[in-house]
Amino acid sequence: MSMNTQGRPTGIGIAPAGASTPAGAFASTSGSSLLPNEPLLFEIGDTEHSGVDLPDASIGDEFLGGFKRTTPLDLAGLTEPEALRHYVRLSRLNYSIDSGMYPLGSCTMKHNPRLNEKTARLPGFADIHPLQPVSTVPGALELMNELAHWLMTLTNTSAVALTPKAGAHGEMCGMMTIRAAQAARGQGRRNVVLVPDSAHGTNPATAAFLGYSVRSVPANAQGTVDVAAVKAALGPDVAAIMLTNPNTCGLFEPQIIEIAAAVHEAGAFFYCDGANFNAIMGVVRPGDLGIDAMHINLHKTFSTPHGGGGPGAGPVVLSEALAPFAPVPFVRKGDGPLALVEHSSDTHLGRITAFNGQMGMYVRALTYMLSHGGDGLAQAAKDAVLNANYVKARLTPTFSAPFGEGPCMHEALFDDHFLEGTGVSTLDFAKALIDEGFHPMTMYFPLVVHGAMLIEPTESEPRQTLDHFCDVMLDLAADARAGNAGRFTGAPTRAARRRLDETRAARSPKLKWERAESLPRAAE
Amino acid sequence: MRYLPHSDAERADMLAVIGATSAEALFASVPRSAMLSKSVDLPAHSPEFLVEAHMRALANKNHAAADGPFFVGAGAYRHHVPATVDHLIQRSEWLTAYTPYQPEVAQGTLQMLFEFQTQVAHLTGMEVANASMYDGSTATAEAVLMARRLTRKDKMVLSGGLHPHYRDVVRTYLDNSPNLICQPASPEGQGDILSHIDDDTAAIVIQTPDFFGHLRDLERAAEAIHARGGLLIVVVTEIVSLGLLEAPGALGADIVVCEGQSIGNALNFGGPYVGLMATKKEFIRQMPGRLCGETVDAEGTRGFVLTLSTREQHIRREKATSNICTNSGLCALAFSIHMGLLGEAGLTRLARLNHARAVALAKALRAVPGVELLNKTFFNEMTIRLNSLAAPVVEVLARNGILAGVPVSRLIPDDPAAANLMVLAATELTTDADIAALVSGLTGALK
Repeated sequence: MSMNTQGRPTGIGIAPAGASTPAGAFASTSGSSLLPNEPLLFEIGDTEHSGVDLPDASIGDEFLGGFKRTTPLDLAGLTEPEALRHYVRLSRLNYSIDSGMYPLGSCTMKHNPRLNEKTARLPGFADIHPLQPVSTVPGALELMNELAHWLMTLTNTSAVALTPKAGAHGEMCGMMTIRAAQAARGQGRRNVVLVPDSAHGTNPATAAFLGYSVRSVPANAQGTVDVAAVKAALGPDVAAIMLTNPNTCGLFEPQIIEIAAAVHEAGAFFYCDGANFNAIMGVVRPGDLGIDAMHINLHKTFSTPHGGGGPGAGPVVLSEALAPFAPVPFVRKGDGPLALVEHSSDTHLGRITAFNGQMGMYVRALTYMLSHGGDGLAQAAKDAVLNANYVKARLTPTFSAPFGEGPCMHEALFDDHFLEGTGVSTLDFAKALIDEGFHPMTMYFPLVVHGAMLIEPTESEPRQTLDHFCDVMLDLAADARAGNAGRFTGAPTRAARRRLDETRAARSPKLKWERAESLPRAAE
Repeated sequence: MRYLPHSDAERADMLAVIGATSAEALFASVPRSAMLSKSVDLPAHSPEFLVEAHMRALANKNHAAADGPFFVGAGAYRHHVPATVDHLIQRSEWLTAYTPYQPEVAQGTLQMLFEFQTQVAHLTGMEVANASMYDGSTATAEAVLMARRLTRKDKMVLSGGLHPHYRDVVRTYLDNSPNLICQPASPEGQGDILSHIDDDTAAIVIQTPDFFGHLRDLERAAEAIHARGGLLIVVVTEIVSLGLLEAPGALGADIVVCEGQSIGNALNFGGPYVGLMATKKEFIRQMPGRLCGETVDAEGTRGFVLTLSTREQHIRREKATSNICTNSGLCALAFSIHMGLLGEAGLTRLARLNHARAVALAKALRAVPGVELLNKTFFNEMTIRLNSLAAPVVEVLARNGILAGVPVSRLIPDDPAAANLMVLAATELTTDADIAALVSGLTGALK
């Protein structure tokens, strides 16, 4: 099997893949609008063209042991101008924080400063190898040490494991240190982790991933967790509680100090999900609340770009009790120069990733911290909370706040009471936001609220944008209640695509381009 | 503060709309004892030029790979990344987009992931690939867990040619399970993994080219493990090798995991990188990570969505295949653009060039007194045994601006047999002058 190398582009002019209308994949590459239908790389490129000039080296088989490739690579190539156009066209089908507000609760879609991109690309950071002699990278160790200092100071903790690759990896790392600490204490038989109903999906997934069974803790009528409920769930089999604070309802857990005390009294540890740290950085130090471990999403709180789904970074701050169980490698500060500890002693966890974690994200996050300073970070947290409360104030009482009209933290939660009897669902409502130029808010999460809509504006949004967003939300709500369900159930109409058929995608998964599809075939 | 849009007057106005007396009043639910009474003990905000100067000063203390002859590999490789790649991934629409959960406004990212999955499937010779993992090492650990779910068996055998750090990550993920058999390091390509296979074996894990550079026979391994109802997991840390070497899928692999850093991504001191994972169609429901699939929209136009999410944590919570959420989207984009620029013709030439440079390096090293080349086979990386300890030699050369290979003792500190070994890589960027400098440095250091 090899690709068509006779003429190119291979696919243009042929019936679109999987499409039942002529307005399919290839119809509008010349651009009937500003939203192109861009063919697949494999439909434009072929196996002979390339955008990279390389000499053709002559090689023998002497060292190849008979393992030379015979299977065709079948990789499409584009020249440089074609590649630029393909990826620029594709990019235009994306919403992004630079083009508009993401009211995505729990995601902290804040401004991504470009200075961070510039510093991350300095050759002294980007072009250094994780295994080149440590003596040749003192600046890298200094950077890691400085980042650790900021994270520990902001959280009042005594250690930080920098290497986790993302938030969920940080959860795994934190829970592994807890498991290791308990094994060292002879408490290895604790096999239950308490997780509130409102938790992020990663929390129960992480606990189960590590072999713990999950015991739910119910939320009270105010959307927070009672110390009494925690006490009722605690027992000699409980290893830890995983609690998000501020929680996923956008509320600070008012009894968190009492909860921490109860957890410790029962011989368990307190893992805090730090996904919502943006609400309190520089204002409240989680270490003062009694937490033992907390991951910090550098790609949320400290502005490293989401990049369409990563890379993230999830350093975990640790209490004194857990510090000896941090994974390797880590930077050790002593009397002399900083050292990189690469091998575990008896207590250390071992490795959770091959190398030194997300250096590129460390550089960006530290650049962001230095730009803000301690004062600016606290102001950012206060502005994030101000913005969420402003949205909440403007949207209530039209939108129903399930846990009352008191102040929230950095995100405002609504339920779908206001849509009752309109024939419009939370999903429809969110999709209608797209037609008004906004990314949908977080929907159906947290699970403890019916038809939840979770809105986190972040500190980056100016008042004008917040007002525009609130005006749109109120207008949509009025329209839904006026009986114009069609505006919602058919939405979006102004995006690159109408609503996509997710059931079809899952029923017969088509997960890669198949050669046969670029050939003409009978109508379905 | 340049990143915060509100003026104090606007803040006051907004507080009035809210009906709050002060910004602090919004924190009323925080226990008073937990509120900081004064600001944290950290420097105050700083103008852009000062921050940049501070970061530049830190960066300048490091010896960058491009600063001199460079032969460090062992799981991360210095390759040329076309300028187009880094330009494109910095476009706002790629860089600052969220995870594509709302497909109508994320078709760019989704189509790219579909193309990425296709590229990875073709490279590895497998039927399906996912939309990326954190890196090669964590992908390997996830593959091991996946094989346990698929076979409902527990025993796992790791080849002595597996990157020692990958082995460590698997150990950590498996909590040092007694059912994890790690073969001793095999710098000469020795070791018989097949003798460990029994009916309880879930999978064997083989890296090729292995940590020491040797090319491993996958076909025999596949036959042996399949005969006992287990799976073959193949690890590739140098993805460029697949431009010249047979696809693991064609040799019987059940799961292939790779480090994709070589294509499109900088060295970055170890991260962010991009893990690749590919498998057979029949195994996808036990595969971790995001998957992008083709579908149509309400008007019948082709489009893409994240699919089979019932494997994932945000839907299945404690019943998910993995806890992975955010992965390596932008690194996958860089990989996909670079691979799209190369195409089959370019990747083939790149792989041949890498091998040619490595052959030149191997031949030059063989001529150095006190150096023994251990490889009969290699792609672009090899192991040498010196007549003295390798770590001090590497230090001496580094002081002279030559970053030679990785002393194996750095990864395997407790094995006297490893103390004199060094792993070196050559890539398309390795010049004859680099090799000459290395040879002269080694010759001097080994006298």
